[in-house]
Amino acid sequence: MLRGYAIFVYLFLYAPIALIVLFSFNSGNNASDLQGFAVTWYIKAAGNTLMLGALKNSVIIATASAILATFMGTMAALALQNLRGPLRVLFDGLTYVAIMVPGIVIGIATLIALVTTFDVTNALIADLWPGEAPPKLGLGYGSIIAAHTLFAMALVIVIVRARIAGMDRALIEASADLYADPLATFRQVTLPQLAPGIIAGFLLSFTFSFDDFVIAFFVAGSQQTLPIYVFSSIRRGVTPEINAIGTAVMLFSLTALITAQVLLRRGKRPAQ
Amino acid sequence: MTDAATIQETRQRRWAYALLAPSAFWYLALLILPLIVVMVYSVGERAPTGGYQAAFTFDNYLNLGARWTAFKNTLTLAPAGTLICLLAGYPLAYFLAVKASPKTRLLLLILVIVPFWTSFLIRTYAWMFILGGRGLPQLLDFIGIEGVRFINTPFSVLVGIVYAYLPLMVFPIFVSLEKLDKRLLEASEDLGASPFATFRQVTLPLSAPGVITGCMLVFILLMGEYLIPQMLGGGKVFFIGNALVDLFLQSLNWPFGSACAMALVVIMVVTVTLYLKATRATGGRDVSLV
Repeated sequence: MLRGYAIFVYLFLYAPIALIVLFSFNSGNNASDLQGFAVTWYIKAAGNTLMLGALKNSVIIATASAILATFMGTMAALALQNLRGPLRVLFDGLTYVAIMVPGIVIGIATLIALVTTFDVTNALIADLWPGEAPPKLGLGYGSIIAAHTLFAMALVIVIVRARIAGMDRALIEASADLYADPLATFRQVTLPQLAPGIIAGFLLSFTFSFDDFVIAFFVAGSQQTLPIYVFSSIRRGVTPEINAIGTAVMLFSLTALITAQVLLRRGKRPAQ
Repeated sequence: MTDAATIQETRQRRWAYALLAPSAFWYLALLILPLIVVMVYSVGERAPTGGYQAAFTFDNYLNLGARWTAFKNTLTLAPAGTLICLLAGYPLAYFLAVKASPKTRLLLLILVIVPFWTSFLIRTYAWMFILGGRGLPQLLDFIGIEGVRFINTPFSVLVGIVYAYLPLMVFPIFVSLEKLDKRLLEASEDLGASPFATFRQVTLPLSAPGVITGCMLVFILLMGEYLIPQMLGGGKVFFIGNALVDLFLQSLNWPFGSACAMALVVIMVVTVTLYLKATRATGGRDVSLV
């Protein structure tokens, strides 16, 4: 009976995805009428410059925020391991808040804080600028990357700290006893042990940013990311082209997921 | 303490501060300050052209009732969705951890997690397609059941919720069930307990940490949900998240929107704290969020 239930759940999980894939190969114009097999919609999507622009933006934003989050998060996790007292409690509390506060509230808070700051700084720049057209700060790449990095960084801190907690400290002491300087110990002992956690943190950050709609929706300004593009096309009406884009996006995420698995497995070996 | 040890300790502290600086800056500039701005805005007034105008008034908070439906929907459908995820996810997690053969276990577990990693938007859109007028209702029409409508009802929102968040519930429960010592189940059986008694007295209490973590993760994400009610609830079943988008991006009433956002955060913090307290009192185990 339990087995039957499990099969039902897997059907529930995969039938909608299968449906999207199936309809992406539909030759007809109508989104919900299967008429024949064709790759028309993929060709059409591949030539859709608006979509490609949004995709490019998403890749840039996800890469930048994942790199920032991984570096800063790992650094913080390493520092927290040596800290005691109120500073550590405060930092842990902030990490907890960054993860707990809903994305939508982060989006709103970042939006109004940035808009308020830009109002002040733009007026200041306009006053001080010697030339004709003073540069204006505004929402865009920077604000999306900054907001995504916040959540992703908290995620990396949690993951890497868990990895540090599970690390064998005797190895570090052994390395020091064998006259390795702290930097050599870090490079040859600590880093290889933490690598799987750091890589997992990077990939999680990338996927989070690539998939995020709600934060970007608030702070994107006039920029488009892929989820924002897909959302507004769905609003305009369902077309088979969205199915093709969706299938491509799912394939991309799946590839990233498999890569993560392979890397994590490879990363585990030198640690043991 | 010797001088050398003190010097080493100071050096280590300096290193720690240097390593913490970038993330501390990020937390300050993109978490603490923005949240303070929201707090300040929430006691302000709407400027005539939209946006914010400095003031000190609690009118926005007193006016929260104007968005009562959004609060009511969130506070009923988020717990309901969490409960359904738990009821639907537990048997699957149990199957994976206890009944599935070790060979296929990993594959089956990955199959549960994969959908969670693929585009949230596209997966919700798939249900728009299935529950929409030309999907299931048309199929039901064909076999003689007429006039059924799914889309834009609380039902379709709940389906979307369970579909999106089931993996997040299954995973922590699986982890806690997998750690469970199977000999305990045999011991319980040998002592004459019925399968149900074994489940209630051994399995369930030992999987409590996973259940608590799973429920908390799903509940937290549901409270701030925007896309599912937007896409599957149409304009009819909306959450606080939808009210916030409307207030900030359409009606440009930032102060009132800020008050709603504050209320959402307060409700979340209070419920999660109470929940953790209640579960700690009964389970007595420590739970980590991630």
